[in-house]
Amino acid sequence: MIEISDLTVRFGGVTPLDDMSVNFEPGTCGLIGPNGAGKTTFFNVLSGFVKPAAGTVRAFGEDLVRMVHFRRARWGVRRTFQTEQAIEQLSVFDNVAMIHEHSKLSGASRRREVLDAIAFVGLELDPNARVGTLGAGQRRMVEVARAVVGRPKLVLLDEPAAGLPDDETEHMGEVIRRIPEHSGALTILVDHDMSLVSACCGMTAMLDFGKVLASGPTAEVLRDERVIRAYLGTEEVA
Amino acid sequence: MANPAGVRSEEPTKATEATGASDPAARRPPASRVPEASALVRPAVIVALLAFVLLALPSLLSLYYVDALTQAAIYSIVALGLGLLVGRVGMVSLGQAAVLAMGAWVAARILFATGLPYPIVLLAAGLITMVLGTLVGLPALRLSGLYLALITLMLAGAITVVLASINFPNGGHGFTGYNASTVHIPPIRRPSIATTDPAYFRYVVIVAALMFLLVLAHVSLRPGRAWAAIRQSESAALAAGINTTLYKLWAFALASFVTGVAGGLLAGGSRYLYSIDFQTQDSITLLAVVLMGGIYSIWGAIVAGLLLELLPALLNSWGVSADWLTILFGVGVLQVLTTAPAGLVDQVPKDLARLGRLVLGLFRRTAPATGSSSK
Repeated sequence: MIEISDLTVRFGGVTPLDDMSVNFEPGTCGLIGPNGAGKTTFFNVLSGFVKPAAGTVRAFGEDLVRMVHFRRARWGVRRTFQTEQAIEQLSVFDNVAMIHEHSKLSGASRRREVLDAIAFVGLELDPNARVGTLGAGQRRMVEVARAVVGRPKLVLLDEPAAGLPDDETEHMGEVIRRIPEHSGALTILVDHDMSLVSACCGMTAMLDFGKVLASGPTAEVLRDERVIRAYLGTEEVA
Repeated sequence: MANPAGVRSEEPTKATEATGASDPAARRPPASRVPEASALVRPAVIVALLAFVLLALPSLLSLYYVDALTQAAIYSIVALGLGLLVGRVGMVSLGQAAVLAMGAWVAARILFATGLPYPIVLLAAGLITMVLGTLVGLPALRLSGLYLALITLMLAGAITVVLASINFPNGGHGFTGYNASTVHIPPIRRPSIATTDPAYFRYVVIVAALMFLLVLAHVSLRPGRAWAAIRQSESAALAAGINTTLYKLWAFALASFVTGVAGGLLAGGSRYLYSIDFQTQDSITLLAVVLMGGIYSIWGAIVAGLLLELLPALLNSWGVSADWLTILFGVGVLQVLTTAPAGLVDQVPKDLARLGRLVLGLFRRTAPATGSSSK
């Protein structure tokens, strides 16, 4: 379980996260909100790229904010990026193995666990293939394999299906749904595709202007009037 | 393709037999361990080339070219270090000529002051230069791209000024070891097993081969993977659990180490060192030839060494001023940046293969008697 309380981030005069408080339960959770709502900033706080001005993040009893950024991956935070970041120069295997070799896990089981992660995302390709030679959909899956290898505690997916055709988005959804049972990790999915979010996520939180507008079971949040209003851009009724 | 492993999984490999092939994941070809014919051919070709260079080449060439090739081998080590920084990690350093000068200085000083065996002197020069060169690389932790290049260039300039003003060691006493007498300047000694020029050439080639092996081991193992991640995206590398500070400094340390060893070889190679031999702008020329040679393959460094040292020797022997090379290198860099980003080491084999196919095609067309079945 991840408890976020009063999380505030300021960039000069801009406050991308404004007293954000929400709890994420084990399983796959959705995080939605219009562009600029603070979703990626929130992920950057969890990865340690952005230091919050106030507030705490407790993940499974650990104070995440105090941890040095590169140590968070070793502890169990994994993420994908809005612009896919699989490493072009390396093979699929090395891409995934690299995460494993910078974790605390023993090298003895590395080969098996890496191949396992590649099999999990259903990559129909040679683990020896260079990522630079792959298509966009396959690269996205390599990134997900990087996120689930080893024993992650928290998997952050930042628009993993952006730009993918429908059939690949569907496959991505199936994989995301299976992440918690496969690796035991709490998964947070940021996406604008509401059908993907409702297909994958038991609970969803909605961010707008850095504040949590609603959170709870996905179906309820998506029906919430304030959520619809924020997405359609109607003025807030004061 | 239903089989994720592709065609190769149909051939049982040693490794798949060893894993027992009980789960489907293990039945796939082991990544990066597939024994292929090409995996054996390559080292064989390299060993054969190395043997030719060591055994036959010095006796085939005049001393003039042996000296030029000695310099080329030394500078290929320097290019190796710079190629590592630029090509693998994406850090552009314009201070490598100064790092080389520091290596040569340290080695010359130890050679004058002590009777230590040469390999130990080279190792010491490498290690001391590693510390100094890593200091030059410290700005890389905060800066990148143009600003890192600029800062390293300024640092190199500063080092060059210091070297010029306190005089290069030439055999006198003390750390600067300057001997004001212009008559009796003792030469820098060479290894006792390699006092002649051909013998020293062989010595340099063996040391260079060891440096290439050292760097090859780094880039194909854990540090190489970490550097590839940093080069693509620093935040993605951090999110992958990579201590980017450590690995960036590691790259500078390794590049400085090999450059320091090259400096030690340079000291024994030219026997007399002057600060004027190490110009700030040499770092820029160095970057140009490294780009031309190819930064993504470590063999590009050999091409870079030959461009930098053998080409001027050839031009000199043909009576052409080597100054023209500045223009040639400029055109070469332009060509690399626009059409062949992986450099000559990648482009030339491709072009040769294309030419080969073209010639073969012409040959087939002009010999219809044998090629009746081919269209």
